[in-house]
Amino acid sequence: MTDTRVTIAGVELKNPVMTASGTFGSGAEYGEFVDLNRLGAVVTKGVANVPWPGNPTPRIAETYGGMLNAIGLQNPGIDVFVKRDIPFLKQYDTKIIVNVCGRTAEDYVEVVERLADEPVDLLEINISCPNVKEGGIAFGQDPKAVEAITREVKRHAAQPVIMKLSPNVTDITVMAKAAEAGGADALSLINTLTGMKIDIHKRTFALANKTGGMSGPAVKPVAVRMVYQTAQAVKIPIIGMGGIMNADDAVEFMLAGATAVSVGTANFHDPYVTEKIVDGIRAYLERYQVEDIRELIGAVR
Amino acid sequence: MAKTKMTAKVVSQEMIGPEIYSMWIQADEIACQARAGQFVSVYTRDASKLLPRPISICEIDRKNRRLRLVYRVAGAGTEEFSGYKAGESVEVLGPLGNGFPEVGPEKSALLIGGGIGIPPMLELARELKCKKTAVLGYRDSRLFLKNEFEPYADAVVATEDGSAGTKGNVLDAIREEGLKADVIMACGPTPMLRALKAYAAERQIECWLSLEERMACGIGACLACVCKSRETDEHSHVHNKRICKDGPVFEAGEVEL
Repeated sequence: MTDTRVTIAGVELKNPVMTASGTFGSGAEYGEFVDLNRLGAVVTKGVANVPWPGNPTPRIAETYGGMLNAIGLQNPGIDVFVKRDIPFLKQYDTKIIVNVCGRTAEDYVEVVERLADEPVDLLEINISCPNVKEGGIAFGQDPKAVEAITREVKRHAAQPVIMKLSPNVTDITVMAKAAEAGGADALSLINTLTGMKIDIHKRTFALANKTGGMSGPAVKPVAVRMVYQTAQAVKIPIIGMGGIMNADDAVEFMLAGATAVSVGTANFHDPYVTEKIVDGIRAYLERYQVEDIRELIGAVR
Repeated sequence: MAKTKMTAKVVSQEMIGPEIYSMWIQADEIACQARAGQFVSVYTRDASKLLPRPISICEIDRKNRRLRLVYRVAGAGTEEFSGYKAGESVEVLGPLGNGFPEVGPEKSALLIGGGIGIPPMLELARELKCKKTAVLGYRDSRLFLKNEFEPYADAVVATEDGSAGTKGNVLDAIREEGLKADVIMACGPTPMLRALKAYAAERQIECWLSLEERMACGIGACLACVCKSRETDEHSHVHNKRICKDGPVFEAGEVEL
């Protein structure tokens, strides 16, 4: 029997495949295409203490082998989320990871406290969104701020805390160590890379926000490198993401040091892709007669 | 049955206007569910292009389970589609969106299309049982699809250069022809929709508009293609309805343009 289970901060996932925050809602829309029961976890779109309207449109643009988005964390706020999205996800046999966003430390803490009594398995704290002016990435580019916000969230969190890191930094291991020092139970990386696209015919920015977060297969080598470097620098588990399109990409992230993987932009290209990756990883393990998937984690040094 | 992503077969492909192509596809699971005003997402074969192209449904052949997609070549993705030949396969997701509402047989409707907003009005003309007039806005006298409306509706034309029908836009044609109706249904460029919204509001005519926006997922998950709405939206409880899922067809008073 091939064992595909992995553990993040004491939470056991049936397999390492989860969804990247912001690409999958809370699963309701993609649940028409994939069986959510087959996923290791669903990571929800970021939720704040109050509803956020997000940015003006256009909010997305296609780029070579990728895309830019500047959604701006539109979300219904924690009240609706707790009443609607958590009960929806509870119908499924998958782990629930709630991505939390905020403009201030108090915003994050308010959401985290509201989630304390909810049937949520893990919290993912978004300190790396490049598309909002306050909060988001402002917390994620300064190691002192990373450590402080991590410590503050940990003081109030009932569930284990994953800090989601930005690649828009000189040295990601500095941020990773800061999060670990602040008490983070795990890390997610990478969030999107800040990018820009100009429409040469209209002579305007392709996105109303001018800049956006780049994702998709074009960023994958950067993400693999950062997961590898981070895995060498910290002891806490890493959820790897950035351009995963198929099972081969997922395995590559695990070999680089990720304990689990998140699939994001690929959902837009193929709404069935998450299940295909679950199947593909199993096929890889069988092909190479790997009995326990954990043998892959960080196997390439 | 529900939305599905499938490999469809190209049945035919022809150029029917300036950069305008008509492609019939064999898409059984989608065709048997689709209705006027819905759209499909079409994926390119070029793996460097990840996002599907949303294209409105121009005609539904339920008997043979085929869809007709009439689209404008606007970039490299649609350029690729225009090269597909009969027998080739194409990846399609659909049917997406809500579609136009029904109109009672006692009412009369103006079906208004501007430019590449004309195609979805053809299936609507075929499906509506009420009295209807199509008002079609073109750049010039290359009046793609116009003849195909005629079995189902009177067709009135406006052209920007005045080379056919009324010189000007669809509203100029409505005024010149003295057209009146109980319901307006329209698809086209935003300035046209904005003008129709004002026209309908002034006269207190029921008005339904089909909007478009850059999309990623096409199914309501990514929140890329929102429009400002009067009511709070079901998803985020702000004022941002999702064009791909809550629309693309909205009651005109519901959306800010």
